[in-house]
Formats: sequence, C-alpha cells, structure tokens
Amino acid sequence: MNSSLLQSIVDYVQSYLSSNQTPGVAGNWFWATVYVLLVFAGVSVGVICMNWLERKILAHMQVRLGPMRVGPHGLLQPIADALKLLLKEDIIPAEADALVFWIAPFIVDLAAFTVFIVVPFGPAHAVTDMNIGILFMLGVSSLSVLGIVTAGWASNSHYPLIGALRSSAQMVSYEVAMGLAVVSAIMMTSLSAEGGTLSMIGIVQRQQEQQVWFVFKFFPLGLVAFAIFAIAMIAETNRAPFDLPEAESELTAGFHTEYSGFRWSLFFLAEYAAMMAVSSIAVTLWLGGWLRPFPNALHGATWDLIFSFFPGLTFLFLGGLCFFNASRMPKHPFFKIQTMGLAAFGAVLGLIGLVLFVPGIRERVQDIFWFTAKVAAFMYLYIWYRGTFPRYRFDQLMKVGWKVLLPTGLALLILTAVVAMRTEVWAEVVVPMWLGFADLLRRIF
Amino acid sequence: MTDPKTLSPPSLETHVAARDETFLDTNELVINMGPQHPATHGVLRVILRLDGEKVLGLECVIGYLHRGVEKIAENRTYAMFNPYVDRMDYVAAVSNGLGYCEAVEKLLNVEAPPRAQYIRVILTELNRIASHQLWLGTHALDIGAITPLFYTFRDREEILKIFEKYCGARLTTHAFRIGGLQYEAYDGFEQDVKNFVKFVKPKIDEYEELLTTNRIWLERTKGVGVISGRDCIALGVTGPVLRASGVKWDIRKAQPYANYKNFDFEIPTGLNGDTYDRYLVRMVEMRQALRIIEQAVEGIPEGPIMAKVPKVIKPPVGEIYHSIEAPKGELGYFIVSDGSTQPYRVRVRPPSFVNLQALDLMCRGQLVADVIAVIGTLDIVLGEVDR
Amino acid sequence: MPDETKSPSSPPEGEPKPAADKPASPGGVKATPSGSDASPAQSAETKPTPEKPAAAGQKPAAEAKPAAPPAKPAAAGHPAPPKPAGPTPTPWDAPLVAKFKREYGSGINALTYLGQNYLEVDRSLISEVLERLRDEEQFDYCVDITAVHNPKREKQFDVVWILYSFPRNQRMRVKTQIADGESLPSSVSVWATANWLEREVFDMFGIKFDGHPDLKRILLPDGWKGFPLRKDYGILQQDNEWVQINLGIESGQ
Repeated sequence: MNSSLLQSIVDYVQSYLSSNQTPGVAGNWFWATVYVLLVFAGVSVGVICMNWLERKILAHMQVRLGPMRVGPHGLLQPIADALKLLLKEDIIPAEADALVFWIAPFIVDLAAFTVFIVVPFGPAHAVTDMNIGILFMLGVSSLSVLGIVTAGWASNSHYPLIGALRSSAQMVSYEVAMGLAVVSAIMMTSLSAEGGTLSMIGIVQRQQEQQVWFVFKFFPLGLVAFAIFAIAMIAETNRAPFDLPEAESELTAGFHTEYSGFRWSLFFLAEYAAMMAVSSIAVTLWLGGWLRPFPNALHGATWDLIFSFFPGLTFLFLGGLCFFNASRMPKHPFFKIQTMGLAAFGAVLGLIGLVLFVPGIRERVQDIFWFTAKVAAFMYLYIWYRGTFPRYRFDQLMKVGWKVLLPTGLALLILTAVVAMRTEVWAEVVVPMWLGFADLLRRIF
Repeated sequence: MTDPKTLSPPSLETHVAARDETFLDTNELVINMGPQHPATHGVLRVILRLDGEKVLGLECVIGYLHRGVEKIAENRTYAMFNPYVDRMDYVAAVSNGLGYCEAVEKLLNVEAPPRAQYIRVILTELNRIASHQLWLGTHALDIGAITPLFYTFRDREEILKIFEKYCGARLTTHAFRIGGLQYEAYDGFEQDVKNFVKFVKPKIDEYEELLTTNRIWLERTKGVGVISGRDCIALGVTGPVLRASGVKWDIRKAQPYANYKNFDFEIPTGLNGDTYDRYLVRMVEMRQALRIIEQAVEGIPEGPIMAKVPKVIKPPVGEIYHSIEAPKGELGYFIVSDGSTQPYRVRVRPPSFVNLQALDLMCRGQLVADVIAVIGTLDIVLGEVDR
Repeated sequence: MPDETKSPSSPPEGEPKPAADKPASPGGVKATPSGSDASPAQSAETKPTPEKPAAAGQKPAAEAKPAAPPAKPAAAGHPAPPKPAGPTPTPWDAPLVAKFKREYGSGINALTYLGQNYLEVDRSLISEVLERLRDEEQFDYCVDITAVHNPKREKQFDVVWILYSFPRNQRMRVKTQIADGESLPSSVSVWATANWLEREVFDMFGIKFDGHPDLKRILLPDGWKGFPLRKDYGILQQDNEWVQINLGIESGQ
C-alpha cells in the first residue's frame, strides 16, 4: 500500500519528464509548483542582479564607481540592502488607512509576479500555456495600477496622492497604445497555417514557422509596432523618462513616499519584476522569444552545436572577468578577503559555465538562455534611458501617449490588417522595393 | 518715448488676473513643498495652491536658514566679518568676498594693487564657473537628467582644487582681504589655471551635448517660467535671469569694478526669457568666464598684493553702496561706518533673495513639475536668501 | 593705475532705447563710467586731479538723460571730492536735483559722498519723490530698501532706497528719517520688488509701510517678538518664549 503510493507519486512526478508540454498543460501539479517556485526564485535573483547592475552601470555612465565597499566591487550590496530594508522599522503613518496601506504593496507584487506564469522561457519551459496568454499578461500586469492607487490613497498625504493620480492616468493612457501594438503582432500570427493565437508559446512558434521575428515582419510595420510597445512599456513600468509617479525631484518619491523598510522593498521588487515582465512580452511578441539568433540563415547541426555553447561560454567569460578583476585588486592585505571572494565568485560562475556544457543540460538550457539574454538587453536599455533622459512633464507625457503613440498605433493596425489580407501585394510590391533600396545603398557604398 | 508706468506692477497684475480666469472652479489642493524636499535646494518652503497639477499661486516661506549675518556684522570688526560673507552664497564664496572687500576698500578710499586685482578676477571667474556648474548639475537633476550632475561635479572639483591650493579652503574660501590679498599666488598657479581652462573647455561642450538638443530637455525648458525683461526690472531680478529676458546688463560692463574693463568679453542675452534661454545664457557665461580667465592669467603683473591698509581698519564716518555681478545677480553691500572699528550697519543686497520673489509670477498657470524647473533656473542659494 | 585711464567715453550711444520694449539696454554697456561709480577713491595712490574723473563721470550721465525737461548743460561744477583722509558729503548738483529742489525746496537735500549720490528727503515727500524718480527720471530698478537705526537721534531710523536707472546707467540713494513708530508709504506700487524688501525692513526694524499688500515677517517666524537689527536688540538675545512654545526646548543657545 505504502510502496504503491510512493510508486504512484514517483510515477506522477516522472510522467511529466517525458512529456513535451508545460506542466500546466500537462496537468502536473507537482511540476507546476516546482516551476512556480523556480520562476519566483529566478525573478527574485534577477531583481537582485538588476539592482546591482543598475547601480554599477549607472555609476560607470556617470563617471563614478558605484557600490565598492560591500563585497568585491559591491557584489554583496544588494544583499546588504535587502537586510537593511528587512530590519528597518515598519512605519505606518498615523493618519494612514492601515489596512489598505498594508495591502497595497502586496497587490502590486502579486500583479508583477503572477504574469510570469505564462512567460515562455522555452517551448516547454513555462508554468503553463494559456490560450489567452497575452491577454492574461496584459490584464494582470495592469492590475498593479490598483496597488499604486491604493498605496497613494492610503498614505493620506499629498505627494503620494498626486503620484497615484499621475500613475493611474499614465498607465491607462499608455495601455491603449500598447494594446494596439500588441494586436498588430497578433495579427501577424494569423498568417501561419495553423491560424492566429493568443498563447505566448504559440506566438513564438508562429514566428519560428514564418521564419521571421515579428520585429522584421512587413518591414517597417513590425518595427514600428515594436517601437510603440517599447516606449509604452517604459511608461507602464514608471521608469525614466516616464517616471513621473515617483519623480523624485517633484514628488519626493511619489506613491511610495510614506513607505519604508520591508513594504518599500516590496514596491521595489514589484517595479523590477514588472520591468522584466513587460520586457518578456516584447521579447515574446517581436524578438522571437526563446529562439536563437539566425535560426534560418545559420542552420544545420554544426551551427546548432555552436549556438548551444553560448550559455556555457557566457558564464565562463563572466568567471574569467572575475578572475581578471581579482588579479587587478590592490595587493594590500586589507583587500585579501575581497580578492578571495571575487575569485571564488569567478570560480562559481566558471563552474556553472562548465556544467552548462554537459550535453543534456546544454540542450535544455539554451532556450532559457536566449530568452533571458534578450530580456537582459531590455534591462540594459532601461538603465541607459535612466542615465540619459530628463523627465517628461505630465502634459507632455499625455501628449506623447494620446497624440503620437495612439494615432500611430491605429494607423499601424489598419496597415497591418491591409497588408495581412493581401500578402501577395506585399511580396510583389513592397519587398522588391526594399530590395531595390538595399541594392541602391550597396551601390552607393 | 516709453511710458514708464507700463514698466512695472500693472503688468504683473494683469498677468496674474488673466491666468486666474482660465481655471475651472474646482477644489484647490494646497501642498507644502519643503522645507525638506529634494528639489528646493535647501530649506525653501513653497506653499502651492494647486488645481490638479496646475499652479494657481504660491507663496515662499523663507528664513529657515536665517543666521542674522547683518547683526553679526555690527558686532565684529571689518576684518572679522570678512569670513562671514562666504557663508551666504556658499557656492560662490569668492564673489561674496570680492564684493565685501571692494566695498570696504571704497569706504577706506584705497584700492587693491593691480596684481591683487588680477588674481581676484581669476578666482572670481573660476568661482563663477563653479557656481554655474553646480547650478547646471542640480537643475538638470531636478528636471530628471541625473547624469550631468556627476559630470559637472567632476569638473568643479578641479576648480576647488585650485582654491584649496591657493588658500587652503575649498568652499568658504575667505580668499581676499580688505586691501588686496593675504597670500601670494602659489608656484604654478598660472599653470594650474591654464591647464584648467584647457581641461574644462571640452567639458562644457560635453554638458551641452547631453542637454542642449535633447528633445525632452527642450520640451521641459522651452516656454517654461517665462518672464519678460520689463517684469524682471520691476521685480529687481538680476543676473542671468535678467539677461535671458533680453536685457543686456551686467555690472561688469555697466559699472565696471575690480579691473573688468581691461578684459574683453561678451554679455550673452536671451530672447524669450524662458528656462531654456537662461540655460543657454549661463552656458555662454561659463565660456566667457574662461575667456576672462585666459586674458587675466596672461596679464598678471608683478607687484605688491596688498595696498597700504592700516592694521586696524577704521573707515571714516560715511556710507557706501557697492555692488558686483555675482553668479546669481547683483550682489550689493551697503555699509555705514560710524568711524569705529566695527561697521555701524552692513546691509547685504542678496541676488537670490530678490530673484526668488519672481517665482510666483513665473510659476502661475504652470504645472508642479515646472515649479521645480523654475526654482532650479532661478539658481537660488538659501544661505543667501535667508542670510 | 589702470583705472585712471578711464576717459569720458561718449555717452551711451544715442538715446537710451525705449524702455518699454527693450526695457533697459543702457545703450552701450561698454563701460560707461557713470557719475555714481567713478569713484574718486581711486585717486588714493596715484594722484591726478580728482576733479577730472569725477566730473567726467558725471557728464555722460547727465547728457544721457533723455527727457528731463530742463536739460541744462552738464553739471560740470561737480565739486572736488576731498582728500582721502576725511571725506565729507558734498552737495550734489545735477539737473535732477535742481528740478526737485525747485519744487520741494528745503524738503530735499542732495549730497555726494565718495562719488555716490543721494537725496535726503523729508518723510512727507517720500512717496511723491519715489514715484517721480521712477516716472520722470527713469530710475526703473529699485535695488534695495533698507534701514539704519540710530537710537540716539530723535528720528531714530534712516530708511534708504537704493535706486538704479537702466537708461542712464546711474545709481542713487534716497534717504529719509523717521521716528520710532512712524510709518512710511509703501512703494510696492512703484517697484514690485519692494514687496519683500519692505517686509524685510519691517521684520528687522519694525518699520511699517502703509499700503503694503502683505506686511508680515519674512525671515523670522510669525509671532517673534522684537526687531533684531535695532541697536537695542542684543546679539545673543532671542525670543525665549517663542522658542519654548514652538521648539519645545528651553533655549536655542
């Protein structure tokens, strides 16, 4: 009896391993839970890395060093920060609505993390594959505005209130443009033999099938849609140059002015998780999701093998970088532990890199690697924007949203629809045109 | 011929009335910006009346940094008060010192020797650049561009190093003495200054690359906080703000002090009197300051650095008003002497204080974000506003 | 001295620009030595005849005056400033002064000290004089308003208006004496900048300005007792009561 129960559990767990579906679709609760935990942990680690990277990259853009004290090159800074935030006094202002104040950060976090359920890290690497995946994602991620508004309202203070109002107006306006861009991408999926889909995994598979990332589809229509989304997603996540809801110089900290310690860190977590989530949408819809670069131009077993080395090589490179920097550390005994720590970190990274060369792991991991790499590129862009741009003013932000992005998005949608109806026109007229243009350029240069 | 009556208050009032009528009758929101606020540059408190985000009016509450500098002056000797003036506009301490020393020198009827004058001009113009750099960094930061701050602070450091080498202090320098200078320029001073000029010229281009044609920067600053030259004069606003409104007036040219008339430089002016023009004017001013420094450092004469000033300074009974063009505007000292060793009364005419008065006019009908931009563009230092 | 090379350059080229459109390009911003700033003090070391720079300095300013009806030839007779040892105020002679003197008689006294001109005006005339200085003499910029306390005098306070004219590139001061408790007419309607400046004078000296739109303390907190820049207010003195009530500490010192 006992052994048969154990046996059935093991069977249940193992049954999934042979399947080629996401655990959600396969209906395997155990693996679904494992995936949820993995994704949660992954995103949290991502936020921690992002925290460190943002500070470092921004610092280097701004001719300074950034965190250097806690750990070698400040590597332990995010952990120290997290500890500090957790140990801080939890202050709820006397005039605040305590319950709502308490709930607000959780709403934001919930919205930010729930969307990762449908994010496809690979054809089978997602918690589940919903047939309305993209709608689910847009819907849930826009719930976070609820948390922000409640946070602003519950603080019972002017600055948070203004921040919350700005935030809600901003998110509502940009969601429209964002939606239009998304719809145009979804239209492109319908050109496949299997018909259109809203499933996140399905969208990537359609790109695979059509042999083109949607960003290059119907050039420049896909690119414009991507650009609209890329702008709107920054506004959606309240990041510079659209960071008005938390504009430091105007509203001190916007909607989370009154928050401190743990609750504040939840907002922080949610902000970065949301950044990753919207970047994932962009990657899935336009940049071919988990697909490696040039699958059609550089195809064949050899190229597959070469590209499958990338994850391991990346980690080896990072490990090597650590060793290089360890060798450049000051030789003073004071830095001994730091040097050793950096070398050890490099060793760990190198070890991970070596493990990633193992054939079985290599094959399974590269989807995740390419997806993460693309998202990471977006993360870098976020940091870059922050280092470069001044902040928009509220009316200008609205102007950009309603008067620029929305009309462009509408026109784009109509154009995409027309082109999708008459693909032969596109193939006969526009494509030769572009080719001729390219030829012209080649002749000139 | 102009009707002088049109020069002043009525224009302000009609301006205000015209703006007020356009507002819908909704609930006003009164918020307190400051005294602890990241963008009020210290302890300025601004009470904003808002309709949504639109500013209906504002009131400045100042005095949080009031130290009674003018009272202190009455209880110190002339020389003892000299370091105190550095603490007013602490980002342009050298200018404050120059104004004070020249005022007392005028009262004493002496003049600093030429060599001292040249070194004074070099240090003052260096300080003007430092002040403008600090302004640029914080102003850009207020508008959301965080990077220029670090660039300007990196380069301002070089100026402070020269100050430190010259007199040991970086910020509140107390570089000048009544009658000239206490310290001879250190060995290599000229070379340091020349190196700095060479170093900072491309850096100013770098700031401009970051901002001047940046689309968002243009949108945030063009047409924001507009003030006409007429209103500037009525409100007593001076310095780059006045010049950006099209009034070509700089005390260095209009009523030259120190030995500014020996140098060839231009006064930049703006056309629209908006935040962007003020930005451009200050950028050009930095370059012009470099021009002055270049000429001055080439022409430093040899000679004494101190005029014949008695050990105990006892100006004859009388009063004097002397003003200089500080980085922020007209900085004046009105000194009354009763013939004793202590000034009977020292009145400081602070540019920041008077300029801040224009904030209300410049912000009406604009948005909260513009208030921040305008506070930044007025370039106030609360140490000088409150004294 | 490089300063002494200053020559009476031509007055600001042409007439000052119409002040309304281009409020105050004082014509040539090119170092026009003005009467008020050509400090004879500069003659301290090298000793040319001090009359020259002073008188020369006075000239362009007087000529530049555009609309003063009795355009007398420039007041050449600007008296020599005395020796540096003990300069004393000397009478100030200019068309402006002559005009005012003609109308107000003994209510006005015009003096020059160290090349800086000032009018001593009777309190009763002050509002009219200030307004006319702006309207007729183009003193369009009120640099500063301040006061000096002389407790030994019967009329304890000197109130000083420091004025500047953009078209004429000239400074002057207007002074008046008032007794403690007396008020002055506000000049906010003449120069908008007077608003805060008068508030500061009120804050520091307790001098009231009639007709000021919002006369209250500006640097010190509302409800503070005493006026710090009066001579009888000690340097260590503070409003202990205020400190105790508002800051909850025994003393700020």
